[in-house]
Amino acid sequence: MSDESVDTSKRQFLTTTASMVGAVGAGFMAVPFVSSMQPSARAQAAGAPVEVDIGKLEPGQMIRVKWRGRPVWILRRTEETLKDLVTLDSQLRDPQSKESTQPKSAQNPARAIKPEYFVTLGLCTHLGCVPTFRPEVAPEDLGKDWKGGFFCPCHGSRFDLAGRVYKGVPAPTNLEIPPYRYLSDARIVIGDDEADA
Amino acid sequence: MVKYLVALLGWVDERFPVSKVWNEHLAKYYAPKNFNFWYFFGSLAMLVLVLQLLTGLWLTMHYKPDATLAFDSVEYIMRDVNWGWLIRYLHSTGASAFFIVVYMHMFRGMMYGSYKKPREVIWLLGMAMFLALMGEAFMGYLLPWGQMSYWGAQVIISLFGAIPWVGEALAQWIRGDYLISDATLNRFFAFHVMLIPLILVVLVYVHIVALHHVGSNNPDGIEIKKHKNADGVPVDGIPFHPYYTVKDLVGVAVFALVFAWVVFYAPEMNGLFLEYANFIPANPIATPEHIAPVWYFTPFYSILRAVPNKLGGVIAMFSAIILLFLLPWLDRCRTRSIRYRSPFYKIGLGIFTVSFLGLGYLGTQPVTPAATLLAQLFSLVYFVFFLAMPVYSRWDQGQPVPERLTPNIPILERPGLPWCVLRWLVDKIQAHPQYQKLMPVVTARAEDVYNKLPPFIKVQVERFCK
Repeated sequence: MSDESVDTSKRQFLTTTASMVGAVGAGFMAVPFVSSMQPSARAQAAGAPVEVDIGKLEPGQMIRVKWRGRPVWILRRTEETLKDLVTLDSQLRDPQSKESTQPKSAQNPARAIKPEYFVTLGLCTHLGCVPTFRPEVAPEDLGKDWKGGFFCPCHGSRFDLAGRVYKGVPAPTNLEIPPYRYLSDARIVIGDDEADA
Repeated sequence: MVKYLVALLGWVDERFPVSKVWNEHLAKYYAPKNFNFWYFFGSLAMLVLVLQLLTGLWLTMHYKPDATLAFDSVEYIMRDVNWGWLIRYLHSTGASAFFIVVYMHMFRGMMYGSYKKPREVIWLLGMAMFLALMGEAFMGYLLPWGQMSYWGAQVIISLFGAIPWVGEALAQWIRGDYLISDATLNRFFAFHVMLIPLILVVLVYVHIVALHHVGSNNPDGIEIKKHKNADGVPVDGIPFHPYYTVKDLVGVAVFALVFAWVVFYAPEMNGLFLEYANFIPANPIATPEHIAPVWYFTPFYSILRAVPNKLGGVIAMFSAIILLFLLPWLDRCRTRSIRYRSPFYKIGLGIFTVSFLGLGYLGTQPVTPAATLLAQLFSLVYFVFFLAMPVYSRWDQGQPVPERLTPNIPILERPGLPWCVLRWLVDKIQAHPQYQKLMPVVTARAEDVYNKLPPFIKVQVERFCK
């Protein structure tokens, strides 16, 4: 019997199909391993909405609360602040918040459901540091054009008091606004918006 | 007794090739006879790996990978566990020592062209180890759960978020939560103590198998296998054991001396090895005023910061590492060693080294417009050095390379500008009145000590000096 008489095409077929079926099996096998690294049911449950009392907030005051372990800021803005916001548009990267993340109800010039109360996630959209609250006008280190806002110490990103990012800094978009809604004039709930209610 | 041991060896050899392995990798592995200072760092890297495995194992006996307990358990190790402070400082200093040794080892490869044909795979395996080591160090740094651990991890994981479309989902998958949390700490612990050490050990093994297959390069960058004697042994080679095992022990002794000094007197290295902000427990609500990674990541971190665009910065940083992988194919010059390459390349490598160190320094500093500009300049040099290499190395075919290894010239007798400067310095020192006053005193004291030595040591010293 010579080598030429051996027909290897069937072996070839079997090897190929067996490898393919094996690869599919390995793919399915990987699912539990990959999926177990996703946030667990408990971590998801911890993402429950938080209720905040904002009745005692004075104009110009800011409070920080935790939602899903992350800092959320609630700032009561003054009349001047709201007037100043309009004048900043030309210096901002995304003044109309077209490329930024926020609920529909907060996609307006003041980036809030009620302009007076600004609710935002306190994490820089660059690499996730917590910016510092710098409400003072024209401090020495931030320059004379500074109308108050947020400054990230990590890589120098700047945001105005509506969380809108300035041009020429590393942060690509405005501060993210979490879903929230008013329960009454003095109570809001974070992590839950009108659409879900 | 010896008879039984020989019999035992024979019994084992029939079942497992002990003698064969011993000969292939030590007693009959012929290495070039002209290894210099730079050749200590390979064996030192292995030594530090063993040190890290050992101290790391002991740390896990008391450390608790739990967000509520981690920070306190590290302080507990430092204060209450017997010798815990020593084991922890050995481990934290070992991490920095690992990078110093590995950077020196890589620089050696770049100087003497150790990555060139036929050693490309050794270089690739080495780079894979470098990558694994960076992952290992990064995950290990989260474990003490201090402010710098937390925010350093936040920044680095956020880098993955810059990848278009899948980035955010990927970052969340890495964290296992919506933020850096207990889940992240737990999995980093698992990777740090189990997965990556295993990968590192396997890679070290494969790296050495590849090295011993093609043979070691040397400072002259020539093949010693071209000239063999009648027994097939390279005439310019010496058996690794006992020659280099003993030589490496000297390197180990010097390394251990410096290492011990750091462990005992400067384990924090002024905030360079252990950063001050890391003595404050992690706080997800507030970022420290100035955050910077540990020194060994700062060159790449500087490149990230130099690009004023989120995705652009991430791409620049990763390509800086990928370019290192491609080095064997970017360099078209056939001459291996820097000794026989054109002055152009020598200057180029010098400027590259200055830029790399400059990037490293800037990465530890806060951002200012001037610093950013300088970092951009250094980053440009870094990329030009690699990207223009296929062009400039093609017409750098260097000087003629000798057939056989050249003898090592004592430092003070070498030709060339740097050695000339060194000679001038030594002459200056020797001519100084303070030196001339002090030297006779030192010599007299040394003779005094020698005379007091027990006779059996003196006999050995005199035999050795002849």
